[in-house]
Amino acid sequence: MTVTAPPTTRAGAGGPDLTRAALSGRRRFSNHLATTAIWAAVLLAVIPLALVTYEVVIKGSGVMSLSFLTEDIPNSYRREGGGMAPAIVGTLLITGMAALMAIPLGVFGAIYLNEYGKQSPLARLIRLMADVMTGVPSIVMGVFIYISWVLLVGQQTGFAGALALACLMLPVVIRSSEEMLRLVPDELRQASMALGARKWKTTLTVVLPAAISGITSGSLLAVARAAGETAPIVIVTGIVFAPNSNLFDGFNTALPAQIFRNASQPFEAAQDRAWGAALTLIVIVLGFTIIARLIASRFAIKER
Amino acid sequence: MTLTTKSPDSRSTLAQRGGSARADRIFSWWTLGTGLLVLAVLGLILITTVREAWPAFDAMGPRFLTERIWDPNPATGDAIFGALSFAYGTALSSLIALLFAVPVSIGIALFLTELAPRRLRGPAVTVIDLLAAVPSVVFGLWGILVVAPALVPVYQWFHDVFGGVPVLGSLFGQVSSGRNFMTAGIILAIMVTPIITSITREVFSTVPRADKDAALALGATRWEMIRGAVFPHSFGGIVGAVMLGLGRAMGETIAVALVIGGSTNITANLFAPGNTMAAVIVQQFGESTGTYTAALIGLGVVLFAMTVLINVLAQVIVRRAEARMKGSR
Repeated sequence: MTVTAPPTTRAGAGGPDLTRAALSGRRRFSNHLATTAIWAAVLLAVIPLALVTYEVVIKGSGVMSLSFLTEDIPNSYRREGGGMAPAIVGTLLITGMAALMAIPLGVFGAIYLNEYGKQSPLARLIRLMADVMTGVPSIVMGVFIYISWVLLVGQQTGFAGALALACLMLPVVIRSSEEMLRLVPDELRQASMALGARKWKTTLTVVLPAAISGITSGSLLAVARAAGETAPIVIVTGIVFAPNSNLFDGFNTALPAQIFRNASQPFEAAQDRAWGAALTLIVIVLGFTIIARLIASRFAIKER
Repeated sequence: MTLTTKSPDSRSTLAQRGGSARADRIFSWWTLGTGLLVLAVLGLILITTVREAWPAFDAMGPRFLTERIWDPNPATGDAIFGALSFAYGTALSSLIALLFAVPVSIGIALFLTELAPRRLRGPAVTVIDLLAAVPSVVFGLWGILVVAPALVPVYQWFHDVFGGVPVLGSLFGQVSSGRNFMTAGIILAIMVTPIITSITREVFSTVPRADKDAALALGATRWEMIRGAVFPHSFGGIVGAVMLGLGRAMGETIAVALVIGGSTNITANLFAPGNTMAAVIVQQFGESTGTYTAALIGLGVVLFAMTVLINVLAQVIVRRAEARMKGSR
């Protein structure tokens, strides 16, 4: 940087020509090719997203109306009209119940990993297994809950679906919350301890509030993912055509399961309902995602 | 602490304010318990599913894995439950997905870390995040009603052009409908791209600045810098990312169940309908009883074992790659 001799002098002094024109044609070509390929890859990712959004919005808005959101599901795929109210109620209740179970447990698990276990062998094992658990297929989780809950209580319920979704959310909440707890500066903990607070009190009243915005946004993203899970719902909640707000008794249903069942029907009425349900589901999932992002960016200062 | 022992009064108030040692112990045990929940759930999944699947394993023996016939309700004789056709479908659709997704994901990750102008980086990350946020059933819906019918002429063209070529011909066989291995692979590719991209991108961003600058200072073009400095450093991480994508593709259920066509089939023809282990479970679970249910749960056991194995391997590889990176910085 201190040497500021202009390039012309250096070339004149017999140094190598460093201008772009001096690159051999083959090298310039391969560089160009790679750059084009990278841009093409980005474009390839944009195309399906644009197409799927376009189709869902166009076809979904065709059937969207207030009655679609509030009416019962017709008990024949063939019949036109009707709505998705039972599935909307089911999705909100089942996902909400799953969040109620998974988020507190996940946050406490994260507290163990970051405040107590740290780098101990057990904590490392739990961390690894939490990552592995995020990779367990949702269908396997559905089968697991079917065996260990549905067979036990003797009927398919909305709560069984909530249990399955909670199992899917738990590792995601643990890992994202742990990341957030790790960002809390140690000085806060030391200051609290120096004032005489016990570790549990320090953790609950100082560390957790400092990380709460990050934990909330991470948890909301997990909720958004869980709201779109289909396979476990299909297996463990059964199906209903009228809203069932009791999670513990009787069958239930959810938007993803309705999309799945209606999409494979040859009848246009069913397919229309599937598109409408897909639009509703995407709006719900996007809503969670956007709120999560807003919380994360709005209160990010606390995570410094 | 030494101060408090001198006056019993202040000691007790301090202890009250901070809570007792017992509360501390209870809290730490409680958090440990929630942490152990992860291990408990994984253990319980293994135990309960193996126990419930046992009748099928018992009836079929090792043939459960080597038999290609799946006939729950035969006209005569015992039901036959062979997972091989579905295992083949899982492997083939995941392989197609990776063939498409890996180059694209690496490309996007390079774009984000090396190439993107600052103002394009944010939107590009948003695209990937949104792609990950779309529920898989929506991709399935789009796949079965839009993509599959639209691709039939394309498949037909491939069959017409390459169908006669000796080896390629067996891959591009007869097209019966748009619902086949290939469509499933394409839909899966879209779904695993975000996960492979995000991990590869993390790994790329750990490549030391000095290495990249050194390559550029030696006169390397950007592509030569990527090949010489970025790829060698991140090879392990890329392998791990690809394996995580593989695990995700193998376990994906609903989208595949919608677009793969649903037939028990082992064929090289990419345009033939097939089925995967995950898809079979969700399609047939509701109508099954007894040993039939046990056999479907058995498919779940195989799927669980394979995805856990792949995920553990992938995590270990990614961790090792990241640890090495941190050491070299």
